[in-house]
Amino acid sequence: MSSTLKDTILKQKMVLIALFIFLLSLLSLFIVQNVVLFALFLVVFIILLLRHLIHVTRKLYNLLGTRIMMIITVSMIFLFFLLLLTLLQGSFQIINDQSLAELIFSSNWKPFSGHFGLFAVIIDTLIVTAVSMVIAVPISLLTAIYITEYAPKKFRQMIRPFIDVLAGVPSVVFGLCALLVLVPIVRDSIAPLFGVSTSSGFGLFTASLILSIMVFPIIISLCVESFSSVPLALKEASLSLGSTKWETVKKVLFRASGPGILAAIFLGFGRAFGETIAVSMVVGNQELIPSTLFGPGQTLASLIASNYTEVSSIPILASALIFVALLLFIVVLIFNLLGFLVLRRASKRWKY
Amino acid sequence: MTKAPANQIETKTLNVSFHSNQVLKNIDIKIPAKQLTAIIGPSGCGKTTLLKSFNRLLEIQDDVKITGELIVDGTDIMKPGLDVPDIRKKMGLISQKPYPLPMSIFENVAYGLRIHHDKKAKALEAAVQQSLQEVGLWNEVKHRLHDPASRLSVGQQQRLCLARALAVQPEVILCDEPTSALDPVAAQQVEKLLLKLKKDYTVVLVTHTLRQAKRVADYVIFLYFGRVLEQGPANEVFTNPKSAEMKAYLSGEIS
Amino acid sequence: MIASVLIVIGSLFFIVLVVVLNGASSLSLEIFTQTSEGGFYLGKGGGFLNAIVGSLLLAFPATGIAFLVGIVIALYLQRDFLHPGIAQFIRLCLDILWGIPSIVYGVFCLTIMIAIGMGGGSVFFGIVALTLLEIPIITRSIDESIKMVPLGLKESAYSLGSTKYETSIKVVRKQAMPGIIAGILLGFGRGIGDAASILLTVGDSNYFPTSLFDQTAALPTMILNLASMPDHIVQRKAYAVAFVLLIIVLLISIITRYLTKKSSKYIIK
Repeated sequence: MSSTLKDTILKQKMVLIALFIFLLSLLSLFIVQNVVLFALFLVVFIILLLRHLIHVTRKLYNLLGTRIMMIITVSMIFLFFLLLLTLLQGSFQIINDQSLAELIFSSNWKPFSGHFGLFAVIIDTLIVTAVSMVIAVPISLLTAIYITEYAPKKFRQMIRPFIDVLAGVPSVVFGLCALLVLVPIVRDSIAPLFGVSTSSGFGLFTASLILSIMVFPIIISLCVESFSSVPLALKEASLSLGSTKWETVKKVLFRASGPGILAAIFLGFGRAFGETIAVSMVVGNQELIPSTLFGPGQTLASLIASNYTEVSSIPILASALIFVALLLFIVVLIFNLLGFLVLRRASKRWKY
Repeated sequence: MTKAPANQIETKTLNVSFHSNQVLKNIDIKIPAKQLTAIIGPSGCGKTTLLKSFNRLLEIQDDVKITGELIVDGTDIMKPGLDVPDIRKKMGLISQKPYPLPMSIFENVAYGLRIHHDKKAKALEAAVQQSLQEVGLWNEVKHRLHDPASRLSVGQQQRLCLARALAVQPEVILCDEPTSALDPVAAQQVEKLLLKLKKDYTVVLVTHTLRQAKRVADYVIFLYFGRVLEQGPANEVFTNPKSAEMKAYLSGEIS
Repeated sequence: MIASVLIVIGSLFFIVLVVVLNGASSLSLEIFTQTSEGGFYLGKGGGFLNAIVGSLLLAFPATGIAFLVGIVIALYLQRDFLHPGIAQFIRLCLDILWGIPSIVYGVFCLTIMIAIGMGGGSVFFGIVALTLLEIPIITRSIDESIKMVPLGLKESAYSLGSTKYETSIKVVRKQAMPGIIAGILLGFGRGIGDAASILLTVGDSNYFPTSLFDQTAALPTMILNLASMPDHIVQRKAYAVAFVLLIIVLLISIITRYLTKKSSKYIIK
């Protein structure tokens, strides 16, 4: 026959009593120092433990399991701040040495003579990111709309896995193609088209181009996902009011999946902004603001990649690079916070 | 064996609020042992909330405040320091939509036994078989015990959930509109099962179909916007309603 | 609209085609069976077996550790354990960590390496950098799939008398299995292909690493090294390495599809 709730509650009390008796046995050993008493209590404890073993072990598992989970989670947060603090502490040296204003507003980057002005690099980073987003966002959005709304089913089923796989292709592979294929194309065809005949092919434009190709799959797959989660009833409602398909897309699809589109753009931006390897392979690696879009430059991330080998010969360079990493961290931090706030407001407004 | 007290569950001024929105107000009810108690009332009046407060299941949700006494078997289970899983084990829950565990049919029933280590490995199979037989599912699934539970029909899933609950030997079975998601045939099967089960268990049934309550209930609790307006033996409440709301509900004016 | 579709598909196909055509033509058996010692970078023979081994030695342990940490955090973020507000804060932190360029993790590890005087690079710090990189990815993907677990299922588990721990480990984990697998493989894919974090932390070597503190070669860094060589024939070898990476990414995608399908057999909808 099953035990009643009272028995169960009694059992729980027994666990507590068992623990209490164990405590008593310890007390009698260490404080009263009576071995007989200790043995007595211990025997009682063991009997109780054996009778209620399952109960005790389950409780223990739950307690320990939960504690371990908590500890790991807390250390994760700790790690987040450790990362920030390490970068902060590492960049103290350069900030003391150069002053923040000089670091950010001077374009003089000459590590060997002790100048670490990042202004040109920052501007280059902004240009590369902006250009790549200007290319990528409209094209990706249109493609996503085509895939969800207009494409025949077969095409959609083929294209989605393809895009998803490409979202996982390592950036170094893109970089390689850019280096060996895109650079000559830019040098021989695109740059002369815009009237720049002296381009070496390595430059901001090439970097932006490969970045936009890299973020296509990211933005498209996220947008497709949020477009397809728009309820069919919503679209049907709009179409039944006599709107054309394109009006429906504009008025219903865009509004209903606004937060999703924003999230996709933010993610694409983050990827383009922080991309290191592909950019460093084609951007030209010159710390200056080029006169045309086709001239060589340097972005924050690629600066680290192309300068880290000198760290051992110029000690303060390490600090400068850590400062650059800190800048990257902070920008990502700010953008995520901004995205978080925007998305929270947006999803409140867009609830339906 | 201890003699079961006449009232299995008793609440004293039970109040429940979600996000500072009071759902249950001063609930004082008694649920008799080994009978089928139906909780009825218009939808959105807190029936499910009341049911889930019995096995302290509300606590896993956000921002819930519960005050008052909840006496099961003569013990206030709202007292701090009690082991909640053990309380829940004593009260099986059948929800509106069946949620089998993401495991095989066999493992679904064996799960409860395994976590409580109630049975040795040898006795496990026998216990699973017994539970499945009790709900009349054994003959339907005995050839595919190790198939995923998700492949069963909804009606079978609901009975599986019942078997799973019975396996851990509860005293009370809480049912939250267990037939509303089922087709008529499956619903009838489940209803018959509940009638059979009330011989050995205290059954609490939340239902929004008045006819079902009339068919099966021994004892009725009428909830109206978070308050208990009537409670008593079924024939008394149905033939002789006191409050105007209950009369309106019985005549179908509110539902 | 059609034009933009053509641009996207065209450019992506173009990249794949370039890598596949050039890569397949420079593949040979010796590339897979030999290490890069003896002038692989100088246009002589040799292969990149050491880079393949190095990459696997980095990515497998990193993914393993990141998975263990990730699933624990993801389970703990449920409201069963943690106040939703705090969980939201932790999610924000993880999203920020996900968004940080991988080079920052490289710099972080390099800073520590310099501080403790092990500046040369080693397998160990490569694993550390990749683990840090993968933790937010794996955690957030698992977290998203755990969020999808219906409340009713958890209630079922609880009303059978499960403890919180049992509910999470035995029921929620099983229900979220497809998402967990997808998360692990996503993390693995990012880890094995990431060059920036490894560049600063593992150094380079023409041999197999024999201890945790040896330098090692890896596929992404090898592409970088080959591509920076002046000789065009050597540069083209980078395509072979890129081809191998592409195959790995494709394999990961296929395995993900297969495993998620297989593991969703038991899922309750």
